[in-house]
Amino acid sequence: MTAMSTRTKLGVVAVSAVLLGTVAAGYAATAAQPDRTPPPAAGADQAVTLTSGPRLLAITDRHVSSVAAADPTGPRTVSGLECLRVYAAAGTGVCLKPETPWTYQVVVLDAALRPTRSVPVPGLPNRARVSSSGRMVSWTTFVGGDSYTTSGFSTRTGILDTATGATVMSLEEFAVTRDGRAYRSPDVNYWGVTFTADDNRFYATMSTNGKRYLVRGDVAARGVETVRENVECPSLSPDGTRIAFKEAIDADPAKGWRLSVLELATMRVTATAETASVDDQAAWLDAGTLAYTLRQSDGRPDVWTVPADGSGRPRLVLPGAESPSPLT
Amino acid sequence: MYLSTVSRPDADPPSSGRPRRGLALVSGNVVALGTVSLITDVSAEMVTAVLPLYLVLGLQLSPLAFGVLDGVHTGASALLRVVGGFAADRFRRRKLVAGVGYALSAVAKLGLLLAGRSVPAIGAVIAVDRLGKGLRSAPRDALITLSTPPEALGRAFGVHRAMDSVGAFLGPLAAFAVLLAVGQSYDAVFVTSFCVAALAVVVLVLFVRERPSGEPTDGPHDPKVSVREALGLLRSRPARRLLLAAALLGLATIGDGFVYLLLQRREDLGLRWFPLLAVGTSLAYLVLAAPLGVLADRIGRLPVVVGGYAALGATYLLLAGPVHGWPVLALTLVLYGTFYAATDGVLIALAGPLLPPRLRTTGIALVQTGQALAYLVSSVLFGLTWQAWGPDTAIRVAALAVGGVLVVTVLLLASPPRLFTRKVPR
Repeated sequence: MTAMSTRTKLGVVAVSAVLLGTVAAGYAATAAQPDRTPPPAAGADQAVTLTSGPRLLAITDRHVSSVAAADPTGPRTVSGLECLRVYAAAGTGVCLKPETPWTYQVVVLDAALRPTRSVPVPGLPNRARVSSSGRMVSWTTFVGGDSYTTSGFSTRTGILDTATGATVMSLEEFAVTRDGRAYRSPDVNYWGVTFTADDNRFYATMSTNGKRYLVRGDVAARGVETVRENVECPSLSPDGTRIAFKEAIDADPAKGWRLSVLELATMRVTATAETASVDDQAAWLDAGTLAYTLRQSDGRPDVWTVPADGSGRPRLVLPGAESPSPLT
Repeated sequence: MYLSTVSRPDADPPSSGRPRRGLALVSGNVVALGTVSLITDVSAEMVTAVLPLYLVLGLQLSPLAFGVLDGVHTGASALLRVVGGFAADRFRRRKLVAGVGYALSAVAKLGLLLAGRSVPAIGAVIAVDRLGKGLRSAPRDALITLSTPPEALGRAFGVHRAMDSVGAFLGPLAAFAVLLAVGQSYDAVFVTSFCVAALAVVVLVLFVRERPSGEPTDGPHDPKVSVREALGLLRSRPARRLLLAAALLGLATIGDGFVYLLLQRREDLGLRWFPLLAVGTSLAYLVLAAPLGVLADRIGRLPVVVGGYAALGATYLLLAGPVHGWPVLALTLVLYGTFYAATDGVLIALAGPLLPPRLRTTGIALVQTGQALAYLVSSVLFGLTWQAWGPDTAIRVAALAVGGVLVVTVLLLASPPRLFTRKVPR
């Protein structure tokens, strides 16, 4: 090494740079994916509508699509609207839509899938919900990764009242009552809102101090209170009596989640027949059926259903789709 | 006698009559190390920029599951840092240990490809990257101190840290360029990042010298550094005071996360602009690192470090104060960047001469570890204070703590040592 002149060394660095550059470029060339926009179904940009009917709404290859509920494996209608999460109720839809690969917006859709409002949001899409009347819209994004060496991920959950335009950009603005006492902490995070029928009260997950709580919130009063521990991604049943949620196994999310149902009157929890770890906010297709996304080992999504009462078996209904929603 | 170097470098043996050459910037070894850091930071920040996209959108994982092992990582990283520092001193292979650290982080980039969707595997890969970072920084900084005359250390560290942050700025741009070129292939970003990191290792191997000319160290026949000798470092008064001061200063920092969160809350800043707060701070750091390093060589390192922590205190006061608006926001970021520029490299420049060359890597590793652990404690304490009394009180308490820590630091590092022999806790 000592015998090498500076000039030789610079030469070696230059050659290394060229070699390494070739490796990188070569890998990039083989890895480069063709534009993934063309959806698989029979022709793009078909008319998906959000009017009530016996259809299922879902994302297929990053595009909003729908299929007949009675024949989910049948022909799928795929629109040209690109979304990472979608949900709809009473003719109102919410779509978490990419603006650029690293910025997203919440878009409120009318029944013909036309945007009526949009809100730029920070971070990466995670959850989206609409209240049963179609008036209230909510979303959750992941924010963070500011530094590779810290795992500083957090969530932001917002609520939009489509009737008034009033927007809560982050539930962290709300006052917290934990176990009956006022509580505050910088590490409070919210995710997974589900609205009650009055378009004001809602349930959501609040995490703080390493624990995750089911909270009951009030948009007008700008507050939340804890209801129960270890409930994530609540989804209120159509009759408002039960909450489907993912329950961290042994209260440790690292062990995965069991899709379960909480009966609000008795606070009794029933695990569903789905034993795979479910990392999703389930959707109620009817009074007795839950739909949710499961991922294969390579990350490809499929939509499954399972009875909400713990009976039966999980059923694969929409291969290659995610973010299911009934059209009520 | 070491301490006089700290506070009044001009009272030193007057640079052995060497003329002050403004243009003789820094030694070749420092430029080489700076280049390695620059290239490595491009590589690291490329991954930082796309990792959230990759985890959340590419793999559809829940990133909140990653925070669990944080404390374990920090502990392991601290231990490895000290062990690595000692090994570097014992075998006098600082370059080798630093090189292993750089290589580990490079390999970790490829590990991301192999980890797939397995959360434990991704956690392990991130841990390896972090360990590599922990391993390399002490021997790298030791090499800088050993390649630079004591009176020019501030400048050397300033230039090194500025080069480092240039890399940090270029990284995200490089990542987005790759993403634009290949679509949503995060793999291509990781491979490119690995190639960039590998180039940095090549530069290190070829251009960084283990034994810079004029290294004032022992001859080849001197006995190797023993564990006992390393422990002796903890018994030497200047070193002990230095460690104590470093840990105290670490206690005064509440962390970027809290600072930006408070800033965003008080300015009611659109959440989308949140990442720009870090950019503003880094920009101030980049611009000020070298000038403040030069200043430290002129007026003394302790005054500059003290000034840096005063800037931190002012940052906290602005966060707690009643004044709002964009000018205040900008001032806060500039002050926060000034804090980094005046303390990060300058503190090591201050520490270097207090540590015997034989044990310099170990000593620097101890300083950095002390700071890292103290910072962990302070961020937890700050969180608890926030929980108990709310953010406004918490930040005022933090500002007060900065003041208190500063007074103790000055007493520890500036006064004649004999006055304090019995007061320093063991």
